[in-house]
Order: sequence, then structure tokens, then C-alpha cells
Amino acid sequence: MLKITNLHASIEDKEILKGINLEIKAGEVHAIMGPNGSGKSTLSAVIAGNETYTVTEGAVYLEDEDLADLAPEERAHKGVFLSFQYPVEIPGVSVTNFMKTAINENRKANGKADMPANEMLKLIREKSELLEIDRKFLSRSLNEGFSGGEKKRNEIFQMAMLEPKIAILDETDSGLDIDALRIVANGVNKLKSENNAVLIITHYQRLLDYIVPDFVHVLYDGKIVKSGGKELAHELEERGYDWIKAEN
Amino acid sequence: MAKYTEDDLKVELETKEYEYGFYTDLESDTFPIGLNEDVVRAISKIKEEPEWMTDWRIEAFRAWEQMIEPEWANVHYTKPDFQAISYYSAPKAVDPNKTLDDVDPELLAMYKKLGISVDEQKKMNNVAMDIVVDSVSVATTFKKTLAEKGIIFCAISEAIREHPELVKKYLGTIVPQKDNFYAALNSAVFSDGSFCYIPKGVRCPMELSTYFRINQGGTGQFERTLLIADEGSYVSYLEGCTAPSRDENQLHAAVVELIALDNSEIKYSTVQNWYPGNKEGLGGVFNFVTKRGLCEKGAKISWTQVETGSAVTWKYPSCILKGDNSVGEFYSIAVTNNHQQADTGTKMIHIGKNTKSTIISKGISAGKSQNSYRGLVRISANADNARNFSQCDSLLMGNNCGAHTFPYIESKNPTAKIEHEATTSKIGEDQVFYCNQRGIPTEKAIALIVNGFGKEVLNKLPMEFAVEAQKLLEISLEGSVG
Repeated sequence: MLKITNLHASIEDKEILKGINLEIKAGEVHAIMGPNGSGKSTLSAVIAGNETYTVTEGAVYLEDEDLADLAPEERAHKGVFLSFQYPVEIPGVSVTNFMKTAINENRKANGKADMPANEMLKLIREKSELLEIDRKFLSRSLNEGFSGGEKKRNEIFQMAMLEPKIAILDETDSGLDIDALRIVANGVNKLKSENNAVLIITHYQRLLDYIVPDFVHVLYDGKIVKSGGKELAHELEERGYDWIKAEN
Repeated sequence: MAKYTEDDLKVELETKEYEYGFYTDLESDTFPIGLNEDVVRAISKIKEEPEWMTDWRIEAFRAWEQMIEPEWANVHYTKPDFQAISYYSAPKAVDPNKTLDDVDPELLAMYKKLGISVDEQKKMNNVAMDIVVDSVSVATTFKKTLAEKGIIFCAISEAIREHPELVKKYLGTIVPQKDNFYAALNSAVFSDGSFCYIPKGVRCPMELSTYFRINQGGTGQFERTLLIADEGSYVSYLEGCTAPSRDENQLHAAVVELIALDNSEIKYSTVQNWYPGNKEGLGGVFNFVTKRGLCEKGAKISWTQVETGSAVTWKYPSCILKGDNSVGEFYSIAVTNNHQQADTGTKMIHIGKNTKSTIISKGISAGKSQNSYRGLVRISANADNARNFSQCDSLLMGNNCGAHTFPYIESKNPTAKIEHEATTSKIGEDQVFYCNQRGIPTEKAIALIVNGFGKEVLNKLPMEFAVEAQKLLEISLEGSVG
């Protein structure tokens, strides 16, 4: 599904990613863990096509297609979804209106007509129930005045609406209380299938108790320095990141 | 990476033509250029006006001759040469007695291009339009339906002939001939415009609409609008404006007077899309407009404007809250791009007791444009318990534009409550990236963000026109982000 080969990326001539290799197959859940400043969020931004970063070497492939020449929205149209660590506010644009625009732009890019209004409403109802989202919430301005938990739930709601092939969850667990964490994890688990894949980026293993990964990778200083099964996450939780740092 | 970037968008938008910039080859009766008393008399004569009207014009002209063009606004432009303008241009095909079927097919085709074909308007069935092309009102629809309610909606030239008592009673009472330089000029040479009278207690059953368009090169357009809502009546009125692209600057100096008698309500909405000039700042309409309304007891006037066009805008729709318990509202979105300059805002003059006013102004600046809000809230000594709330928000796109706010407050009554809020923000790259990541291209993302920013004002527009206004915002915003 997603394949990353020897990926190097920098910001303002400072190299952050120093040769990442990663392959995620359909149906798999991978987790990338690592200490602060290891390049976790940069990796998610680069996959999504954020132009703040320059890819200097290597490539990212989605279903064997090189994403290098694709703008962020084109990557989205092909099924890349990023759940943001810090979702931005867009005043005056309701969650519903935003989602409607996003869905129809994706459909347009894939040669489909706008989704009929009744179908849209049905989809919104269905997916908002999945994330236990109050209907009133949907008419509020996007992320404006949302609590941390509401913002993250809204991100996963958007993921549910857009049904991406690869969903990258960047620090989705930060700022979530235990109930919100359960709801978010439950949502992701229900959306998981044999036709998509999930990449969880996290500092703590807490979320991984709810969304169980098939593989865990440790990112340190712009490189994946260790890979393993879900037990690696527990080991990191117990021992901290210092032993990784010591080894590298 | 060879991606579509914001810079590409900027280039694409800058090369995008003004979508309404077509010119229709209509045969016109156009006066030679220049202005003197004879021209004023000739206009009056061609309109078959009574003597009192001719005298009124001459009085205005003599006053105008003594006046100097104002320079206090935050706009810079080469002053028009008033002797180089033709003051009257009428499409020849027009005959007031003709039915729509007789109208020049080219004219009808032009309406179609504007997206306001009269046929369609008829079918829409709740919008009556008085269309002003250049200086003559060419088609008035729905007159009959309105007449049944006693509503008069016609060209002002017709009103002068058919309803002289009303015109005589109210014309110039809100914006006197000598009010200001452009108002005086308008009073002398106004060629047409709309007149509307809503009788006592009548609720106008449809939106009334005027579509102005400047077609002929080198002509000025000086419409005069007079709208009277009698006691307890209600009317919603919309004017839309476009002009073809031309290299020279065209002058537009309109006057709008609203009279809201006791307990009546007037909702006046404007979608202004005059040609803004090209991206180098060449050409475009000079829009120097005086709009003012008077509220008697318990009356309400609500101005809503979406201003996307014109090279230079100088416009302050105002309310004189004379009657006790009267209400004034001003909702505005002003977009400037490239070299456009706008100095716009409102005046709320509180005279009566318990008068209330609300000002919501949203300025969006892009390119190298300058966007100024200028507003006055005046509370007179007798205006006990007057209230005002003002909110002025500015949104900047790029680093070469400017947003300015000039709020003036004069309060002579200690019981007044005046609130003023102002914000300035920029469209963030992070906002655009967030939208991009959800599959929304940059151009659409900007439209979405801008529409969100202007939502409080767009919501005040009549439904049929809100959509048009949103589209206009999308067309007008030629700018970069970041």
C-alpha cells in the first residue's frame, strides 16, 4: 500500500529525515514511536506533501505510484489521509460544509459528480454516530473553540467520511481523556479493513493498547533504528527511549 | 517538486480575465463630452422633465461648480477630467412603450451574459427587476403584480413624470443637492435610476432588484435611487452592478436616498462588481457613491453590501436614526485586489431615543490593494440610551496589501453605549495545507476560508443573491497566500 525508500527530507537546509525505509501492506497497522524531535511529525507531513519540507533523496509510493510530483490535494484524492496533531481553525466554515466540500472535491478529482444531498446527510449521520458526535457539533465552525478531544474526534470523523487508503494518525492520542481515546480508537478499528492501512505516530504506547499494531518501528534522529512486533511498544514504555539513544 | 503551488495560483488568477468584461455593440445616443448648463438642460429636456426638475438640476450644477473634489479619503487616483466625460448615453433601441419582445436582441443577449436574462427573471417570479443599462431604464418587470398592492417601482425618470408629488416631496431631502461634490454632480446630471414607493402597511411580496451596467465607453453613470417605505411597510431591495473592461477609467457617481417612515423597514442589498481595472491598475470604475437613509419612529434600515469591483471606491451607506426606537444596520464585505483601493464604511447618526445601530465590516485585501474602513458613530445630546456595536475585521492575503480602520466616535450623551471590536488576520499556509490535505485545491480552499470569514454578512443577503455573491468572491480574489 505505502512504500517509503531511502527518504531524506530537510527544512531550511537542516536534514530531518535521514534515509527512512518502510513498507506498509494493505490490512496492516504500523506504529512509529520515538522521542521528541526524532522526525515523526516531519515524516507524516512529507507523506502528505507539505511543501515546507524538501525531499532531497528517496521516494514515497502509494500503490506503486511515486507521489513526488503530486500536490497535497492530489495525494488526498488518491487516498492519503493525515489526522493532524494540531488541527487548524477555519472560522465561519462549519464541519458539515467543510466535509461536503472535501467529499465533492475528491469525487470531482475521481471523475464523479457531486454527492446528492440526501446521500451526504445519510453518510454524515452514519459516521457521526460511529464517532459518537453530537449533531450540533457538525454545524459549529471547524475546530473553532473545540476541546482537544473534540478536535481529534473530528479528525477521525473526517477520516471516516473520506475512507482513505492510508491513514496517518499523528499524535492522535495527545490531549485525549480516556473516554475520548476509547471512542477514537474504536472508530479507527471499525474503519480498518483489508483494503486500507493505518500508520500511527505516537510518543506513548497508550493508544496502542486500543489500536493494536502489527509492527512497531522506533524513529530516532531521522532514521528507523529498530522494528518489531507490538511487544516493542511495551518495552519502550518500560525502559523509555534512553536505551535507544545509547545504542545509536 | 513540480506541483501546483500558491505561486502558480497567483499567476493563474492574475491572468484571469474579468469575467464580465464583454462589450455589447449597441447603437447608442451619446452626448458629446463636456459639462455646462446647456448639457444639464439638454438632459432634462431629453427626459421630458417638468420645469421644477430642470431648475433643481441647474441649482445643483451651480453649487457643484463652486465645490472642490474631496481629498480626505485614503485613496490615490488621477482625478477625472469632468469635461472629458459624456453625461448621457442611451441605447438607441429603447422605447419606453415597447414590450420586452421588442427589446434589441443584443441587449437581451447581454442580460444573458450577465446571468440575469429578463426571461429568467420573469420565471424566477419573486424578483422584480428594473434594469439600467448606461443611463436609461430599459426593462421593468412585474410592474403589474406590484401595482395591485399599490407599490410603485419604476425608473426615476418615469416617476418624475407620473408621480411628481412624491418625487418633489422627497428628492434631495436625505442627500441634498449640495451635500458633497459627487452628490451635487449627480443631482445636476443624473440620467436615470430607480424609484420605489411602498404604501402604508404593505409588505412588498418580492425582492425588488436593479441591475446597473455601464456599457458605453467614456460615459459616466449617474443613477439616482429614491426609495420610500411608508408607515408600517416593508421592502427588500437589491442592486447589482457590472461594467465592461475598458482601459480608461469610468466614473460612477450615484446617489441613493432611503426614507423609512414610522415603523417601516427597508433592507437594501448591493452586490457591486464594477470593472476593477487590470492587474497593472489600468482602467476600472471610479465608484463615488452617496447612500443615506432616514429612519423615522421605530423604523429600520439595513444596508448589506458585497463590494468586489471598482478601481477606486468611496462609499459610506449611512443611517440617520431620527425617530425614537429606530434601528440602523450596516453589513459589508469589501474585497480589494491588484491595485484596487476602497475607502468604505458607514455613518450611524443617532438622534432619537433608544436608537440602535450595528456595524459589521469585513475587509479582504489581496495583491497590492488598499482597503480602508471608515465609520462614524455619532450620538446626539438627545439620543438617550443609544446603542452601537461595531465590528471591523480585516483579512490579508499576501504581503503587499494594506488594511486600515478609521473609526470615529462622537458621543454627546452619557447614557450611550458604544462597543467597537476590530481584528486583523491573515490566511495561514497551515489553513490552506489542512484543506489541501482533505482534497480541497488551494483556490477552492481560499474561497472557503474567505466565505467563512464573510459569513455573518453573506447570511444577511437575500437567498437568491447570496450564491451570486459567493461566486463573485471566488472570482475576485486574485492573490497569494502566505
